[in-house]
Amino acid sequence: MAQFFYHTLIGQIILMVLETLAVLVPLLIGVAYLTLMERKVMAAMQMRRGPNVNGLFGLLQAFADAIKMIFKETVIPSGANRALFLFAPFLTFSLAMLAWAVIPTGNGLAVANINVGILYLLAISSLGVYGMLIAGWASNSKYAFLGGLRSAAQMVSYEVSIGLVIVSVLLAVGSLNLNDIVLAQRHVWFCLPMFPMFIVFFISALAETNRAPFDLPEGESELVAGFFVEYSSLAFGLFFLGEYANMILMSAMVSILFLGGWLPPLGIAPFTWLPGPIWLIFKILFCLFVFIWVRATFPRYRYDQLMRLGWKVFLPFSLIWMIATAGFLMATGLLPQTGGIN
Amino acid sequence: MIPQLVFYVFATVLLVSATMVITARNPVHSVLFLILGFFNAAGLFLVAGAEFLAMLLVIVYVGAVAVLFLFVVMMLDIDFTQMREGFQRYAPIGACVGGILFVELIMALGNWKMAPDTGLAPLSGAPGLTNTAALGTLIYTHYVLLFQACGLVLLVAMIGAIVLTLRQTNTGRRQNISKQHARTREDTLELVDLPLGENVLGNGGFLRPHNSYYEIAVPGSYGSGGQTEADEREKGA
Repeated sequence: MAQFFYHTLIGQIILMVLETLAVLVPLLIGVAYLTLMERKVMAAMQMRRGPNVNGLFGLLQAFADAIKMIFKETVIPSGANRALFLFAPFLTFSLAMLAWAVIPTGNGLAVANINVGILYLLAISSLGVYGMLIAGWASNSKYAFLGGLRSAAQMVSYEVSIGLVIVSVLLAVGSLNLNDIVLAQRHVWFCLPMFPMFIVFFISALAETNRAPFDLPEGESELVAGFFVEYSSLAFGLFFLGEYANMILMSAMVSILFLGGWLPPLGIAPFTWLPGPIWLIFKILFCLFVFIWVRATFPRYRYDQLMRLGWKVFLPFSLIWMIATAGFLMATGLLPQTGGIN
Repeated sequence: MIPQLVFYVFATVLLVSATMVITARNPVHSVLFLILGFFNAAGLFLVAGAEFLAMLLVIVYVGAVAVLFLFVVMMLDIDFTQMREGFQRYAPIGACVGGILFVELIMALGNWKMAPDTGLAPLSGAPGLTNTAALGTLIYTHYVLLFQACGLVLLVAMIGAIVLTLRQTNTGRRQNISKQHARTREDTLELVDLPLGENVLGNGGFLRPHNSYYEIAVPGSYGSGGQTEADEREKGA
C-alpha cells in the first residue's frame, strides 16, 4: 500500500488529492461554523440569543444560509463586464484556499512544506486585493468601484507593516520555512518577547481581511455594501466564503508566527497529550474570537485615520522594532546561524 | 519529463499573455494580462529552482506594482474613438521605431554565441545553501554598497513623486489626532431648548461647534481659520 502511494505516479497524485481534501474539507466546515460562531458570540456580547431555530443551538443555521444563497437568482448588471464580474469571486475564493497548502498542522505536516513558506503566504495574501479591485471595476457601479479602490489602497498600505513584522520574526528564526518558525518557538512563544509586534500584526491582519473596524471597502453606511454591492447568489457566496477563509488564514498566520503554531503551551505531560493540530485549532479559535470581539466593540475607522495609522504609526514603529531586534540579536550573539541549510 | 511540460505550459501562457497586453482593446484587460504574465514568469523561476525570486516577483510586481497600475488605469476615462483617430498619423513613426528595434534585435541575436560549457555548468553556486541564503549573502554582505545605492535612487524617485503631487489646499480637513482625542463632551456638544414652532436657524444655526472644532484642525486645512470662515461657508451653502 505504501509502495503504491509513494512510488507510482498515480498513487502520488491520489495521495496529493487526499492531502488537499484533508485540509480543505475541515476548512470549509470551519468557515460554515465560523459564521455561526460570529453570530452567536456577537449575540452574546449584545445580550441577544442569536440563531437558535435551525437544529440544536442553531447548529444547522450555516447550512440553511448556504442553501438559501445557492437557490437565489444570479443577477448580472447590464453594464457589467461579464467575464471579469464572474471571475472576481472565483479568484477571491480560490486564493483563500490556495494559501492553506503551506500551513503546518504538526511537525512537518503540511501539504507542501516549502522553504519559502512565509513568502508564499505573503504573496497569496497580497493577491487577495485583486478579487475586490476587479469586482469593483467590473460591476460598473460607483459604490462598488469606490469600495474596490479603498480596499486596494488599504491592503497595500497594511501589507507594508505586515512585511516588516514578518521580517523581525524571521530575524529571530533564521529561516523562511513555516515549520522552522514554529520550532524556533519551543522555548518561548514570540508573542512574549515581541509583544508590540504581535499587536501590530494582529491589527494589520484585521485591516488585511477588511474586518471591522477597518471594513471600509464595504462600509455599509456610506458605500451601501462596497465592492460586492452588485453581487448576488453564489457569486456573493464565494466572496463571503473567501472572506471568512481569509480570516481563518490570518488567524493561522498569527498562531504560527507568534503563538507557537502546533506547539503546546508547555512541553510537559498534560499539555503534550493533545496532538499538534488540536493546539493549532485552539489558537486559531482564540484569534477568531478576538476578531469577532473587536467587531462587536469598536466603531468603524474614518478613512484618513486608517491611512494615518498604517503609514504614520505602524510603518515607523515596526521599522524601528525591526532594527532594534536585529541590533539586540547581533549584540547578544543570539542571531541564528542555522539558516539556509537545505 | 514533467518539468519540461510545466516549463512549456508556463512559457506558452507567458508569451500569449504578453501579446495580449499590447493587443487588448481595454487597458484594464491589458493590465490583467500583464499580471498573468508576471505569474507565469514566477512559474518559470520556480521551474528553474529559484523559489525566492519567484515569490519576490509575485509579492513585489503582482502584489504591489501591478495593483497601483490597475488602480490608475481603472480611473482613466478613455475614449476609444478618440484613441483610434490618431492611428493614421502615428502609424509610420511607430512602424519606423518598431522596424529599427526589430533589426537591432536580429543583429544582436545573430551574433550571439553561447559559451560552450554553460549548458553543463551546475546551477547552484553554493552547495548546502538555499537560494534565499545565497542571495542574502551576496546582496547584504558582498554588494551592500551597491544595494544601498539602489535604495537611494528609489528614495530620490519617491521624494520626487511626493514633491510633484503634494498640493496645499484648504478643502480637506486634517486633524491633530492628540487634540481630537483630548476633546470632551463639554467641548463639543451643546444642547439647545427650542421653543415650539421655532427653527434652529433662527437660534444660531446647525453648525455651532465650540472652539475645539477649530483647534483640532491642522493649520492651513479646512476649518482651522476660526469662527467667521465656517460661518460664511454655512451661509453660502
